[in-house]
Amino acid sequence: MDFLRPASWEEALAAKAEHPTAVPIAGGTDVMVEINFDHCRPEYLLDLTRIGDLYEWEVGDESVRLGASVPYTRIMERLRGELPGLALASHTVASPQIRNRGGVGGNLGTASPAGDAHPALLAAGAEVEAESVRGTRRIPIDDFYTGVKRNALAPDELIRAVHVTKADGPQQYAKVGTRNAMVIAVCAFGLALHPRTRSVRTGVGSAAPTPVRARTAEEFLAAALDEGGFWENGKVITPSVVKQFADLCAGACNPIDDVRGTASYRRHAVGVLARRTLTWTWESYRGSRRLSEGAA
Amino acid sequence: MRVNFTVNGRPQEADDVWEGESLLYVLRERLGLPGSKNACEQGECGSCTVRLDGVPVCSCLVAAGQAEGRDVVTVEGLADHARRRACGTAPGTSLDAARAWQPRGTGQDADAELAPVQQAFIDAGAVQCGFCTPGLLVAADELLEHRPNPTDADIREALSGNLCRCTGYEKIMDAVRLAAARQGEGA
Ligand SMILES: Cc1cc2nc3c(=O)[nH]c(=O)nc-3n(C[C@H](O)[C@H](O)[C@H](O)COP(=O)(O)OP(=O)(O)OC[C@H]3O[C@@H](n4cnc5c(N)ncnc54)[C@H](O)[C@@H]3O)c2cc1C
Repeated sequence: MDFLRPASWEEALAAKAEHPTAVPIAGGTDVMVEINFDHCRPEYLLDLTRIGDLYEWEVGDESVRLGASVPYTRIMERLRGELPGLALASHTVASPQIRNRGGVGGNLGTASPAGDAHPALLAAGAEVEAESVRGTRRIPIDDFYTGVKRNALAPDELIRAVHVTKADGPQQYAKVGTRNAMVIAVCAFGLALHPRTRSVRTGVGSAAPTPVRARTAEEFLAAALDEGGFWENGKVITPSVVKQFADLCAGACNPIDDVRGTASYRRHAVGVLARRTLTWTWESYRGSRRLSEGAA
Repeated sequence: MRVNFTVNGRPQEADDVWEGESLLYVLRERLGLPGSKNACEQGECGSCTVRLDGVPVCSCLVAAGQAEGRDVVTVEGLADHARRRACGTAPGTSLDAARAWQPRGTGQDADAELAPVQQAFIDAGAVQCGFCTPGLLVAADELLEHRPNPTDADIREALSGNLCRCTGYEKIMDAVRLAAARQGEGA
């Protein structure tokens, strides 16, 4: 095994071009488990921890450009306002020790259906900035997950950053597991209200071969909110609408039975999480409306 | 490969390191510092917790080469680390001193070899089999460094990555509360 230690992003891209089988290692919280248990023996480890740029983020007008290696701890502490869904999801990852090392770049690299960043990214809207010596491209998050633990990166590409749309309304993230800490999701659900576009986006984790959006549920809810004038009148959403939304979210799942839960439990639980997160975010939307009306 | 880094305030060098090796393995097997424990090797148990450039991490999940040029504090250097925090300077802990370390310090002697958090664990009876203790000490010490007056929720969260199979955690909570209270009195 060779340990490649690029000092800059350009060096890292050159190394990845020269050795496409090299395994990038950032926080190591997925890679080292594989190596410790001899599940993988890469020919080259490509250490990304010397590249300072990957640990930085920039808050723009529309989105946050989040460096691939920014640890979850930083996201929780520093980006709660701009990226509330991702900050909440980050807080549910593992433990402080893991959150101090692991980040969204590694979560995307692994592309596990249980990865906690994914539902939050799907709900907020995001693009993955992938780069190689051939150039840079932005992969829409909806096209990024291509199969169980597979993603759209080419062998010579690395993730430079993720551009996550800044919240324009309330966001939530909820996860089912046996403990608060150190839990790989049995299933998980992210929800973002987008009052500016009068739309709603979702992300479902651990309930299909890849993280997915519940598109039919999103479309149904957007139409129902529109029709009832809910965005304008700020009324409590009709219970039958909430129920239909939850059922459609459960229907978007294509889960499996495994040690963490059965398929039918997962489907049921996703419906429950969808209902809860919709209630929480809508209450928060109504509260902020009242505040802004009170101020006007 | 060779790894040069700072361990417990002193420069160290580890030779013949395999590229896929963990920082934990380097500490235990190459430098002879068995304080950081090797249990799950997958980041679940926290018994290998060390500070890497000040940040608590599972040393089993840090590749040895990633520690190059970095600053590591293990449980063997915790007393020295606490002294540096209190006095601004401390001599660091040599490998020999770390290997010869004994849990003395139950007395009141001035150069007690225990960090306040270690003394508190002993006084509160928070140590049973002792296997999880080093990781808990490193995590608890870091909590108290940043949050001198932690709530119970803060303590639970800070220690949520450290498993203990003996104590049921109550005495550990007591120990951290005790260390915080003593730290407050001393200030
Ligand atoms: C005890 C434990 C508990 C965990 N709990 C959770 C949990 O609750 N939720 C959760 O989502 N995850 C969990 N994980 C998994 C892991 O922590 C996350 O997936 C984390 O986001 C990985 O980030 P990392 O920087 O450590 O990745 P690494 O291990 O360094 O890399 C992961 C993968 O991504 C690739 N990669 C890394 N950076 C890049 C890049 N810039 N470009 C291209 N590829 C890259 C690597 O080659 C590798 O394939 C847990 C892990 C452990 C050990």
